Amino acid sequence: MVDQLSWKVGGQQGEGIDSTGEVFSLAQNRFGYYLYTYRHFSSRIKGGHTNNKIRVSTKEIGAVSDDLDILVAFDQETIDVNYHELHDQGIIIADSKFNPTAPEDCKAKLYAVPFSEIANELGTSLMKNMVAIGATSAILGQPTEDYREVVQGVYGRKGEKVVEKNMDALKRGAEYFNEQAGGPIERLQLEKADGQKRMFMIGNDAISLGFLVGGVRFMSAYPITPASEIMEYMIKHLPKHGGTVIQTEDEIAAATMAIGANYAGVRTITASAGPGLSLMMEAIGLSGITETPLVIVDTQRGGPSTGLPTKQEQSDLMAMIYGTHGEIPKVVIAPSTAEEAFYDAAEALNIAEEFQCPVIVLSDLQLSLGKQSVSPLDYSKTEIRRGKVPTGDLPELEAKEYFKRYEDTEDGVSPRVFPGMKNGIHHVTGVEHDETGKPSEVAGNRQTQMDKRHRKLNNLNFKTPVYKNVRHAEADVLVVGFNSTRGAIEEMIPRLEADGIKVNHAQIRLIHPFPTKEMEELVDAAKTVIVVENNSTGQLANIMKMNLGNLDKIKNLLKYNGNPFLPTEIYTKCKELL
Amino acid sequence: MATFKDFRNSVKPNWCPGCGDFSVQAAIQRAAANIELEPEDLAVVSGIGCSGRISGYINSYGLHGIHGRSLPIAQGVKMANRDLKVIASGGDGDGFAIGMGHTIHAIRRNIDITYIVMDNQIYGLTKGQTSPRSELGFKTKSTPEGSVESSISIMETALTAGATFVAQSFSSDLKELTSLIEQGLQHEGFSLINVFSPCVTYNKVNTYDWFKEHLVSLSDIEGYDAHNRMIAMQTLMENNGLVKGLIYQNKEKKSYQDLAHGYSETALSKADLSLDNKQFEELISEFM
Repeated sequence: MVDQLSWKVGGQQGEGIDSTGEVFSLAQNRFGYYLYTYRHFSSRIKGGHTNNKIRVSTKEIGAVSDDLDILVAFDQETIDVNYHELHDQGIIIADSKFNPTAPEDCKAKLYAVPFSEIANELGTSLMKNMVAIGATSAILGQPTEDYREVVQGVYGRKGEKVVEKNMDALKRGAEYFNEQAGGPIERLQLEKADGQKRMFMIGNDAISLGFLVGGVRFMSAYPITPASEIMEYMIKHLPKHGGTVIQTEDEIAAATMAIGANYAGVRTITASAGPGLSLMMEAIGLSGITETPLVIVDTQRGGPSTGLPTKQEQSDLMAMIYGTHGEIPKVVIAPSTAEEAFYDAAEALNIAEEFQCPVIVLSDLQLSLGKQSVSPLDYSKTEIRRGKVPTGDLPELEAKEYFKRYEDTEDGVSPRVFPGMKNGIHHVTGVEHDETGKPSEVAGNRQTQMDKRHRKLNNLNFKTPVYKNVRHAEADVLVVGFNSTRGAIEEMIPRLEADGIKVNHAQIRLIHPFPTKEMEELVDAAKTVIVVENNSTGQLANIMKMNLGNLDKIKNLLKYNGNPFLPTEIYTKCKELL
Repeated sequence: MATFKDFRNSVKPNWCPGCGDFSVQAAIQRAAANIELEPEDLAVVSGIGCSGRISGYINSYGLHGIHGRSLPIAQGVKMANRDLKVIASGGDGDGFAIGMGHTIHAIRRNIDITYIVMDNQIYGLTKGQTSPRSELGFKTKSTPEGSVESSISIMETALTAGATFVAQSFSSDLKELTSLIEQGLQHEGFSLINVFSPCVTYNKVNTYDWFKEHLVSLSDIEGYDAHNRMIAMQTLMENNGLVKGLIYQNKEKKSYQDLAHGYSETALSKADLSLDNKQFEELISEFM
């Protein structure tokens, strides 16, 4: 019996690899296992190798696994590209159609199963995926009938016949494997799951749900990988709440339209990735100087330019903190799990309205697209706080006078009114302006308004700016990360500890303004600080050095080849650095 | 009820004496009063350039944004609060150079806003460079030997992009301009009003006198039918775009707001944002 295993399906893009992974993982989710998935794909629709790696566990997991137990191959390339991940007792099940062969140095056992042939006998080659899942169920000793609920869920709308055909394909796959191997593979029997119902979602789903719950009613966005799912979710759900989504002509329109709608009083978001964020930079400045709330999601992917559009990277950090010319108050939040992403998305809307400034919800490709198990989300932990907006009638203005929209208040936050409100007329401009919004180049006013804007964030009270796992008062090493690296870091900590190394862990959730106080304590309590990030220049490490000093203590652990960190990689590099 | 004086504020425009933009400002103020708007029900969104300052010179809600982006901002304002009348405005550089992408898409999207362009065929605020509306051969600081690029035929472009309201006017004709802005504000869909608004400082060719000499009034063309797109296109081409009046209007096509699936009939800005527990459970169950 094992408490976890790793399964991967691969083939050519467009031949149903994703849906194979989907059915398999939905079933495991239904059985009550924890899941974490990784999609390897290219920026094209048909052709090119793609694979879907799914980790199944009886315990909570947050990373792609180091190795692989079962590889399901629809072509020889899948075997050639992925066999090295298989451990020695691993298994390959491959479509006998292409006469699969295992490379000479491959110790895993290869079973050829006639995926296509069985599917064709049943009527359509499309069902080869179900045959493969059937064979998998046999390996794991999971009764095929247990899959019925999921098959019903996926194919039910196509009719009972289609469901039965798919169930047949599943059974035939299982039977064939059992005949060939003589029954389930003993080493791959999973311990029974707790049977709990858990949500199973990608980070983008969690972000979208957070926004919807947080009161978003309008979205303007432009399609881009890996952010489009957020727009798609909103297109599906906003109309049910009277809202809508506009797919704009570009990201500049997306950001400026969102500014217009926020100015006029609707919680509006946009979402994009690096190239889109680059186009939005001027708009972010407009949001800053006009003190108009604006929440933008940046789902980081490989940059610069078009870079690696379907691969993991965390290289937008500096651009998100400092991007736009001039100086504005801005908040950058980086959740590291789907659960955090849900709460952070909802909270970002509150921060944007309370502090009247742009808020970036930073994600990365692995968090945005990796599907993971999520513990129950608590609606009562979310709230809608709209900041300084009037609840009743506004006092009458002197004739021809403007409302003091940019009043120099103690906390820097001025009262905000929406177009349509009587006695609220004022001007809004990206030109430096006075308290009523009228353009002003007077030196004293400039200083007053700059100070006012920057003073606002002094009162930012973000609940958990750093996710901490402090195991030792004095640690040998503090490992620091942000966004999706959390699971891989957590997983390798017990291995370092087993080697006698005392490890503390901090995952920074509030990137900007930097949580100096929290991080200072952690850095001071460690002999060495290792900053784990998916970029080549150590952007987070540099931000830390800037805010905390400790130049010699802070070390880089970097990966920028497009793939997420594996726990073993972090472990090995930590050992080298210590 | 508000009069045009209620749409005046205390700010003195920084335009040059004689600038065509003064008339556009006055026409907007008059049109707003004529259709019985209250100042708080009007939002004027403008771009960058001399004319972009207009949002600060009208007593209404006003947003002076970034160069070339008045249209997406204005569309966002309208989507948030469909009860407002929304005007987007700016110059020909703002709308037809840096903002041209938005102009085409705002036209085809057909959100119910009015776009007023102050077209002076030159860049004024940056002190006299060529614009996409400058004629071939036009000499400016940036085209000392004369422009070698063609002028964009913006009215024809608007028609081909699917515009539902296209009009053109001239700063000297305050009465017609006011009337066209009224019609534009009342049109249910996107209205484009291009206004020849001479730059007395940097454009010594396209002057008030030049326009008076060259512009053809559509009201002078016997039997002109502003609901016929083919005739509109032909008339524009015959006159090299130098016509004034209502060029084309399509009252049949519905606005974006009316076509958008599920979009609330009451202003989104007044929506109740909370969900009940049952709604939340339903959202969660999609992922179970």
